[in-house]
Amino acid sequence: MAEVKHDAAAHAAAPLPWGEIFEWAQAFLSGGLILTGAFFVIAGAIGILRMPDFYTRIHAAGMTDTMGAEFILLGLIVQSGFTQTSLKLLLVAFFLFITSPTATHAIAHAAHLSGLKPKLGPYEAPELEDIGKGDGA
Amino acid sequence: MASLVMIYVCVVGAIGMLIGMALLLGRAIAGPSFYDRALAVNSFGTKAVLFLCLFSLIIGRPDGVDIAILYALMNFIATVAILKFFRYRALDVPLAQRPQRKSAGKGGA
Amino acid sequence: MKYALILAVTLAGYWLTLSGYFHKPLILFFGVVSVLFTLGLAARMKILDKETVPYLQVPKTLSYFVWLFNEVVKANVAVAKAVLSPELKISPSLIEIPTHQDSDIGKTMFANSITLTPGTVSVDMQEDGILVHALLSEMANPDDFIEMGERSGWAVGETIDIDGAHKDG
Repeated sequence: MAEVKHDAAAHAAAPLPWGEIFEWAQAFLSGGLILTGAFFVIAGAIGILRMPDFYTRIHAAGMTDTMGAEFILLGLIVQSGFTQTSLKLLLVAFFLFITSPTATHAIAHAAHLSGLKPKLGPYEAPELEDIGKGDGA
Repeated sequence: MASLVMIYVCVVGAIGMLIGMALLLGRAIAGPSFYDRALAVNSFGTKAVLFLCLFSLIIGRPDGVDIAILYALMNFIATVAILKFFRYRALDVPLAQRPQRKSAGKGGA
Repeated sequence: MKYALILAVTLAGYWLTLSGYFHKPLILFFGVVSVLFTLGLAARMKILDKETVPYLQVPKTLSYFVWLFNEVVKANVAVAKAVLSPELKISPSLIEIPTHQDSDIGKTMFANSITLTPGTVSVDMQEDGILVHALLSEMANPDDFIEMGERSGWAVGETIDIDGAHKDG
């Protein structure tokens, strides 16, 4: 960045380096989207590990499938610009957007038909000392 | 310089995917019921798709995105097929029509 | 016939997106053959109608997806807070959401939208309702799904008189 400023000072009449500014904006936008997506993907994985029963684990998986996947793919689309690759990435995002709720519903419906009962009512994580005793976590 | 930053961000994202996949493997091994395992494997597949996309852009060969499309579709089909096989112990059961059963009905499965 | 043409155009666009070949006649010929083969299969299965070739409603559906994405982001933040907080305060519940859509694709769109929003999963489809498992208590209010049902019906080309439906039940 220092070199850019030095150049701009040397040629006072030189135009702003729009190409470089555009590249940095692209990098920051795609980086932010990818990091947000990665955060939500890991949050979903932690949720699948932490949640107490099957039906609540589905919600954590849904978090991964929607926001994590879509944000990472959006970041990659921004990164690759107007190319065939970004069209393909758009197709991946579209397929995930269509198929992930259907697969989630298929799993939930199969569990419901097989008679798996959800735990209802308020729930809180057990204290650390109690974890070995019950069937929590 | 800017492209190098993008590559580093992609590497961080790919490592995040690997961490998530490791956590999900824990659930797939420990899951008390079959459905927990199916859910974990399905979510694992989604993360594998994302990892493929990130990895193919990191190494600069976008051909991997084709494989990611294929994996996304195969993941869905495999999940539905496994669930169907686990329920009916056969794969030649029509899901499109409502089966003549006493249960309420098969919706959009 | 109209739907066959629409399907052919969509398949051709899909093939071009995936292959990226525009100048090699032999490979383009293979693409045409595969499009025609798929069309023949679809015609033989008799699935060329409004529900299986819903590409005329694409603009409406896309604008609906934008609205849905906004909802998904909001719900995601709520669920992520609940999951990552140390005490894990959740209150799962099962509720029944009435559906007012006429066509199967409208119901499918509504149920998929509910599932896509984290914190609510459609567990079972009944004749006139969807059984929904909600993670947090503030997501378990059936009135919050009215707008989503209205918009998802609109996205597949239906007009739903929600007020009239409410008077009945």
